[in-house]
Amino acid sequence: MTAALSLRSVGPGVTVQDGGRHGFLRYGVTGAGPMDPFAHAVANRALGNPTDCAAVEVSLGGIDVTVEGGPVTVAIAGGDFQVTIDGQTLPAAVAARLEPGASLRVRAGPSGVWSYLAVAGGLDLPQVLGSSATHARTGMGGLDGRMLQAGDRLPVGMAMSEIATGRIVAPLLERPAESIRVLLGPQDDYFAPDQIAAFLAGPWTISMRGDRMACFLEGPRLSHKLGFNIPSDGVAMGAIQVPGEGLPIVLMADRQSTGGYPKIATVIGVDLGRLAQARPGTTIAFRAVSHTEAVRARAEEQSFLSSGIAIEPLTRSVFSSEFLLGLNLVDGWIDAQGRG
Amino acid sequence: MSHDQAAAPLFLDAGEAALVVEFGRTVDPAISDRVLALDAALAADPPDGLRELVPTYRSLMIHYDPLRLDRARLIALVEERLVAPATRGRAAALWTIPCCYEPPHGEDLAEMAALMGHAASEAASIHASALYRVYMYGFSPGFTYLGGLPEAIAISRRTKPRPPHESKAVLVGGGLSAIASFAMPTGWYVVGRTPERLYAPERTSAFLFEPGDSLRFEPIDAATFSALDARAEAGEVVARRQAS
Repeated sequence: MTAALSLRSVGPGVTVQDGGRHGFLRYGVTGAGPMDPFAHAVANRALGNPTDCAAVEVSLGGIDVTVEGGPVTVAIAGGDFQVTIDGQTLPAAVAARLEPGASLRVRAGPSGVWSYLAVAGGLDLPQVLGSSATHARTGMGGLDGRMLQAGDRLPVGMAMSEIATGRIVAPLLERPAESIRVLLGPQDDYFAPDQIAAFLAGPWTISMRGDRMACFLEGPRLSHKLGFNIPSDGVAMGAIQVPGEGLPIVLMADRQSTGGYPKIATVIGVDLGRLAQARPGTTIAFRAVSHTEAVRARAEEQSFLSSGIAIEPLTRSVFSSEFLLGLNLVDGWIDAQGRG
Repeated sequence: MSHDQAAAPLFLDAGEAALVVEFGRTVDPAISDRVLALDAALAADPPDGLRELVPTYRSLMIHYDPLRLDRARLIALVEERLVAPATRGRAAALWTIPCCYEPPHGEDLAEMAALMGHAASEAASIHASALYRVYMYGFSPGFTYLGGLPEAIAISRRTKPRPPHESKAVLVGGGLSAIASFAMPTGWYVVGRTPERLYAPERTSAFLFEPGDSLRFEPIDAATFSALDARAEAGEVVARRQAS
C-alpha cells in the first residue's frame, strides 16, 4: 500500500492545487493553481519537490490529517496558521515527518488566509488537461473536481529518502498587505488621471465576498472616462477590473480566462500572494511600479526559491526531547547540517 | 479610439508576465484576422519563455516568463512577425453543428422571437441560415463566441440573468451567438441545444473549433437530438468538419 494522507476533518474551501493548468486559456479553461503561488512553491521546495507539485491548499476552515501506509514528510507554509502534531505546536512554516497514526492539525492563526500542505513526492492524483489543480466551478482536477472533504484519501508520490525537517526559514513569507504593487493597465486609459490617483490612494477594504475567483474591494467609487463595457479580452491573474458600479475587483486564480470590463491595473506577480493572504477587513492601498521593478522583484523571489530553502532544526528549548525523537526531528537536524 | 486596419498595434502590459497586443477596440472580422495571424505566427515558432497565447476579438494576450523573455525582445519579435505574417498553422475549417431549436431545448426561442417581432420557427430559421465565425473562447471551458448573427435576431442581452440552462446550450445576446458547454445562469437567450460536446477532456481533441473557423447550425428534431446526444456523450464527434 502506498502512503496517503487521510483527511479526518476539512473546512470549507480546501482544495488540491498544483502550479496551475497551462496552455488552455485560449479554450476558456481557467488556470486555477495556488492563490499564493510563492507560499505553495516554498512548501514544495522545502521538501525538494519541483515548485509545481500538487499540494493541499488549506483555507481558514483548516484541516486534520493522518497518514496511512507509511511515513510521509510534509511541509507547511503560507499564512501564520496554527500547526500542531499530536497536540504539540509547531512553527507556521515547518517541515516534519509524520508517522502513520500521527495527527496533523492546521488551523487559522493570527494572520493569513491560505496555508499549503505539501508532501515529499507530491500528491499523486490524475491529471485533467495536464494538471491536477482543482477548479471547482467547472468540476475539473483535484479529487473528482471538487473541494476536499472529511474521509478523502490523497495518495502520495515517491519521495527522495532524506529530507531535512524543522522550521522553514523564509522571511519573504512575511508580507504585510498595506501596500500592494501594481502595473497600471492594460485599460488605464479608460480612466481620467484623478481616477487613477483615487484608485492608487484608496484606501480599500477587502470585502467578505472574496473567494478563489476574486478579491472584492470596498472604498471610493471610481468613474470611467470611456464607458465600462469593452469587447472581452484576456485576463491575467491579478487583473483589477472596474465594473459599472465603480468598485474594483481583483481577479485571482479561479478567474475566467477573458472579461469585458476595463482593467485599470494588474497586481505584480510577487504581490499576488501578499494580497491573497490579506483577510477580509484589511485596509490596503496600491502603489504603481515600473515593469522593470516588477521583474526585479520576481527575479529576487525566483533566486530565493532556486537557491535551496534553509530548514532550521527545532531546538530542545522549545520542544521536549521525547517529542522531537517522536517526530524524527533530530535526524532532520543531522540532514540539515549535512546539506550545509 | 479605433485603429485603422493597417495601423500598428498597441502594446499594453497586463502585469509583468502578460503583454496585450491590441489591434483595435471593436468586434470586426478584419481585426480578428490580424489577431489570429499573429497568434499563428508566434505559435509556429514560439520564443523561449513564451507561455500561452490567448486570442480574443481584437487583441492577443501573450503570457510569458519575463525572466526568460525580455519584454523589449518580445515586442521586437512581435513586430518582426507582423511585417512577415506566417500563414495559419491549420487552415480554417467549416463546421456543421447540429442544433435542436424545438422544445424542450430552445427554452427562450419564443421569448426572443416575440421581442424581435418574429414567429419562433422563423427566428430559428434565421439563426440556422447564417454562417458564423468563431471569434474566441472565454467565460468557461469550450464556451464559444460566434460573430455573424443576422440583424433580424440581433437582440441585446437580458438586463437580469436567467436561471441556469442545460449544458451545450446555443445562445443569442449582445448581437452575437454563442455555445455554452457548461450549465450556468446566463444573460443570453437560450434558442437551442446542440448534442455536440465543445469540451470533452478525455477525447483526443478536447476542443473542436479553433478561433477563425466558420460554423453553421443544422436544425434537428428532438428525437434526432436524443440519438446524437447519446453518441456524443459516448465520445463520438457528431459535428462535421470540412476544410473551407
